[in-house]
Amino acid sequence: MPHSVTACYAWRSVKVAIFPQPAMQALSLHALTKTYKNGVQALKGISLEVQPGEFIALLGPNGAGKTTAIGIVTSLVNKTGGQVTVFGHDIDTDIEAAKSCIGLVPQEINFNQFEQVGDIVVNQGGFYGLPRRLARERAEKYLRQLSLWDKRHDMSRMLSGGMKRRLMIARALVHEPQLLILDEPTAGVDIEVRRSMWDFLKKINREGITIILTTHYLEEAENLCQRVAIIDHGEIIVQGRTRDLLEKLHSEVFILNLREPLRELRPLDGYAITQVDDTTLEVEVNKSQNVNTLFDMLSKNNIQVLSMRNKVNRLEELFVRLVKGKG
Amino acid sequence: MRPGRLRENYIGFQTIVIKEVGRVLRIWIQTLVPPAITMTLYFIIFGSLIGSRVGQLGGFSYMAYIAPGLIMMSVITSSYTNVVSSFFGAKFGRHIEELLVSPLPNYMIVLGYVAGGVVRGLLVGILVTVIALFFTRLHMVHPFVTLSVVILTAVVFSLGGLINAVFAKKFDDVTIIPTFVLTPLTYLGGVFYSINMLPVVWQHIARANPILYMVNAFRYGILGVSDIGIGTAYVIILFFIIGLFSFSLYLLHNGVGLRS
Repeated sequence: MPHSVTACYAWRSVKVAIFPQPAMQALSLHALTKTYKNGVQALKGISLEVQPGEFIALLGPNGAGKTTAIGIVTSLVNKTGGQVTVFGHDIDTDIEAAKSCIGLVPQEINFNQFEQVGDIVVNQGGFYGLPRRLARERAEKYLRQLSLWDKRHDMSRMLSGGMKRRLMIARALVHEPQLLILDEPTAGVDIEVRRSMWDFLKKINREGITIILTTHYLEEAENLCQRVAIIDHGEIIVQGRTRDLLEKLHSEVFILNLREPLRELRPLDGYAITQVDDTTLEVEVNKSQNVNTLFDMLSKNNIQVLSMRNKVNRLEELFVRLVKGKG
Repeated sequence: MRPGRLRENYIGFQTIVIKEVGRVLRIWIQTLVPPAITMTLYFIIFGSLIGSRVGQLGGFSYMAYIAPGLIMMSVITSSYTNVVSSFFGAKFGRHIEELLVSPLPNYMIVLGYVAGGVVRGLLVGILVTVIALFFTRLHMVHPFVTLSVVILTAVVFSLGGLINAVFAKKFDDVTIIPTFVLTPLTYLGGVFYSINMLPVVWQHIARANPILYMVNAFRYGILGVSDIGIGTAYVIILFFIIGLFSFSLYLLHNGVGLRS
């Protein structure tokens, strides 16, 4: 029985009758390799599958190969080997259809600094084949959603850093791609802007856009992404559901802020505890241990806890352990 | 090809042209005024002051004889400069990536930039023609030849500008070809003289210069006189267009200077 899928066309959705086939991935990387002319092997055969509607993070230290992988998918970098398909379109044989499905927010600012904000978004729509009128409507829609509509006549170079990032998101969305790839979109923006961008990305992901995110802010990945893939030295060293990966952590370190200064800290059975200063303690809690027991023991020692927080972001801890090979 | 793809490609092409022509008009002081001033000086110095002592050439006053060459010289320089600076600027500022990530095929990217170069070349050509009319009378003897040769020549040099921009790594690289190749070839391309005035050996050498054919074909269109056969000129111009267009596509397909 044939069924229908929606193909990635910039200005209209077309139902195409096709015969049954295995579930189509939003993105599939198979044995992807890249060796630069200077001999640097940036990717050593990575494989990754992203399901439609997923929100996935690519994590890795600088030079791990994240941007190279994204560059290959978006055809800014030529691959050395392997296969890439985007919603079933192979980039070797059907590059134009594959590109139609993707919206890219690159790491570096890459719009014309001497163009007006509105023109940048409208023109990008034109490059994807959107008729001018529709491109203007879409530009208004996304510039409004990203609070840039008032700036549409401004020269793009006059925007603040956060606004420039949002402009690149609006530009990437103008053709309403099914797959949005963001390469460190919140690098260098303040907390307020970052939070508003998170809300926006969550919203469009709920609306059905598949999102791939690279970031150095691991808190960002933990908050936003259902899945995480960690790349190091051109290889994916771990991938899986964020929750499952965090389960792998054997312990967490908590910082406890005390109500009153503590003169002397007595050892607590089974817990590694250190006093940072008069009113701050640092406690390592194993997965087999219980935080309630810890609080009971602290109460028995007349220590009142005012507040508690993780010492480091949990994902960051996992990331550091994996990258350092301590996983 | 998927239905509708042609229309989308055309919209993409149109968008590049709108951007390019908008750029030419927005910075008209840089794009249109300088060639007008330069050519006015050429007309005054070579046409008026020196030309009055040269006498007639090919049955025309020296001013009338060099006018088509000067128009063509400005078209060549403007179309080349437009594409090389715009494309290299896009590469340098990385906004060429807007096009590279889009589904627009490479041939449409090439055609879009070439169309921008041709428009600027023609605008400058019209401007210089108007200036020429202050100094001499020009009759278009063969309008089809005049228009087709000027457009095709602008296409050749727009393609040349694009190839230069693809290979350029810094701003200096953008000026090397116009300074060391284009200007000498234009000056030696029969703009200011008939090659029949040269010794026989130099006439043969001059015939290796493609600009000679373009200038003479254009002069034939306006004045009806030429040092070379018009058919040969068309063949050479079309040869360059096909060659340079194919080479441009090859460069973009392989991402030379654009993709790592």
